[in-house]
Amino acid sequence: MTVDTIQPEKKEVGSFKMFQAMVGIGIICALAIVVTYQTTLPVITKNKAEALEKAIYKVLPGAQTRKNFQWDGQKFSEADPSDHSLKDVIYTGLDANGAMVGIAIEARGQGFQDAIQVLYGFDPEKQAIIGFYVLDSRETPGLGDKIVSDAAFQENFKALTARLDESGKKLEHDIQTVKHGTKSKPWEIDAITGATISSKAVGNILNHSAQYWAPIIKAHIDELRTH
Amino acid sequence: MFKKTLHIGTSPHIIGGSSTDQIMRNVVFALLPVAAFAVYTFGLSALLLLITALASCLLTEYFLNRWIDKSSPLSDWSVTITGLLYGLTLPPHLPLWMVFVGGVIAVALGKFIFGGLGYNVFNPALVGRAFIQAAFPVAITTWMAPFLPDRFSHIPGSTLTLPFLKPVYDITSGATPLSLMKFEHHTTDTYNLLMGMTSGSTGETSALLILLGGLYLIARKMMNWRIPVALLGTVYLISTVLHWSNPDIYPGGLFMLFSGGLMLGAVFMATDMVASPITPLGATVYGIIIGIMIYVIRVWGGLPEGVMYAILFGNAVSPHIDNFIRPRVYGTGKQWSKS
Amino acid sequence: MESKPKGKLAGFFHFPQGDGLSTDEFIKGLWRENPVLVQVLGMCPTLAVTNSAINAMAMGLATLFVLVMSNILVSSLRNVIPKQVRIATYILIIATFVTVADYVIQAISLDVHKALGAFIPLIVVNCIILGRAEAFASKNGVWASFMDGLGMGVGFTYALLLLGFIREILGSGSLFGISLFADSFQDWVIMILPSGGFFALAGWLLLFNGLKLRKKQAQPEQTREEVLI
Repeated sequence: MTVDTIQPEKKEVGSFKMFQAMVGIGIICALAIVVTYQTTLPVITKNKAEALEKAIYKVLPGAQTRKNFQWDGQKFSEADPSDHSLKDVIYTGLDANGAMVGIAIEARGQGFQDAIQVLYGFDPEKQAIIGFYVLDSRETPGLGDKIVSDAAFQENFKALTARLDESGKKLEHDIQTVKHGTKSKPWEIDAITGATISSKAVGNILNHSAQYWAPIIKAHIDELRTH
Repeated sequence: MFKKTLHIGTSPHIIGGSSTDQIMRNVVFALLPVAAFAVYTFGLSALLLLITALASCLLTEYFLNRWIDKSSPLSDWSVTITGLLYGLTLPPHLPLWMVFVGGVIAVALGKFIFGGLGYNVFNPALVGRAFIQAAFPVAITTWMAPFLPDRFSHIPGSTLTLPFLKPVYDITSGATPLSLMKFEHHTTDTYNLLMGMTSGSTGETSALLILLGGLYLIARKMMNWRIPVALLGTVYLISTVLHWSNPDIYPGGLFMLFSGGLMLGAVFMATDMVASPITPLGATVYGIIIGIMIYVIRVWGGLPEGVMYAILFGNAVSPHIDNFIRPRVYGTGKQWSKS
Repeated sequence: MESKPKGKLAGFFHFPQGDGLSTDEFIKGLWRENPVLVQVLGMCPTLAVTNSAINAMAMGLATLFVLVMSNILVSSLRNVIPKQVRIATYILIIATFVTVADYVIQAISLDVHKALGAFIPLIVVNCIILGRAEAFASKNGVWASFMDGLGMGVGFTYALLLLGFIREILGSGSLFGISLFADSFQDWVIMILPSGGFFALAGWLLLFNGLKLRKKQAQPEQTREEVLI
């Protein structure tokens, strides 16, 4: 090889040129993203609402429609049902006549592998949990993930007492998970054999969440009804 | 024509009496009483399980060695130990097809892949068990009650499950002392633990027989006594101190010592010659590390028993332990410096 | 060989005379330079999301889409992009298509989107995509780059599917969510756990390398026989 065949180094590209290229490509990319976002947004919103509604109607038997309420620390106010970014939102389920069937509440906590996210139905009249649905979990397949499907375990949440004590500040009895086959009180959860840790995690999540929400709901029940 | 060859060898020219083969054979002898007692405790199912575990390990070793054209496929007894130990760590009525799968994994992935005896990083028997634990978590945590009256006449349905099918359990199940402790805060009597009157894995019930086997090997200088002593001492010490500080939460030292697979693991598995450190200090450190891990997993972890994972962890760090405490050769480098 | 670049868009509509070259660009991704089974690239999604065939397919197709689109765009803009900022520009382009893929998957199925989780945004850092942009698309015409991206994408997708098949069949006894065996089938839980990904990948790599070795050995043996004869 001779020196002639080696290509001379390219001329330094000016910073304006670089700027131009980056901005140009940036604009093309931004356009592509905006177009996709606008086209898919209605479908995604619909999908998300359907998934949530399916879960709400599962934990509140008899509910036909739902309303979102946001808790701001003082009172409940009705929230936009399509906004998924809001915090501290609970859902009221209404039957065909518009009467409230119950309240669906999201809760999460540490499971055996990772956080478990659940939705449960709370009946303020009976002061009991009336439905339970696992939104997301990574529990061990075949063991811990029975909390999602196990029929006997789901049976626990048809009427799980979460009654407030006289002070109205906390539950009269903590929700507790007990060994399989030893459930004797209405506030106890019968654990799944071989999945004691996941069952206990569910009990803790429900207890923690109910301790927080039940007093608030009791004190502000009118705000949830009148809207 | 001369057919004579002159052997030229380097030192050492005088070697000790005990060969690998001899040591391995004696370990098998030391394990036999444990296996026999296991069969007496759990009956036919334990016998079939041990035979299957042995057969799967031996067959895998044989075929893999044939495949790479090794002249003598089953030259030493080490794979027999692997098979026996692997079998002894399993619940007695585990389906035989699962036992077979784990045995193949133990030898193929635990030993052969690394280059055979002498090169394995982990104890092969525990690799097989770890695979079964991860693949079939339900089957391996279902225990049968000991001393069932019909244990010599009736083979549990689960043992004979057809390959790839779920086991169906038709006999009384039992809970291990450790899960009783973890989930129900119920401590089992130390005498029962020592004599092996409890449910658990096939070979982990009688602490006394395991200890006798270990003493035999130590007496014949075929086992590094520092590892089991450091390991058991650590577990006993931590649990006694914590038990003394809060007896409601932390179980006592003797219970921790004699329950579960601790004895079997400390005496026969942590001492695996290939996967443990060679220096005396290294062996002690290794035993202490495993002891701490066992305690942490058992008491604060999610699982009732942690011996298997603790030993595998110990295996993984053992080359580093040796490396770290390697004695400095006089005149070379500074202390602690890398050579 | 390409003709001399005349303008900024030179080579944009440049189709090679014979189709053999671009077919080869396609074929090489399937077997000889398969991104997963030969180059062992992009291990993160390969091991993480292949626990079922449907997830493997969704991940494979999303990557295929991003790969093809970014290859096309990078190739067609290759004379415009200044050398100094090329990596930043490629990342920008790749990130755009990943965002697009993310929205589209969400619109098609929320369940699949949930299952793939963080791994869709992570396509951006999948080294296969940046690798093809840098090593191929920035030096070749649009058509060849398209074929290259398609080949690599299909190769990636089928490798993921191979893993997904094994893991779903053994781990859940089903394929694409359809149960294959009776209820009494014992699931191998380990196969749907992350460690199962390593086992399945190791098995396939063993098989592919074995086949390759046999192919290689077969040829010298023939010549040796000929010599002996």
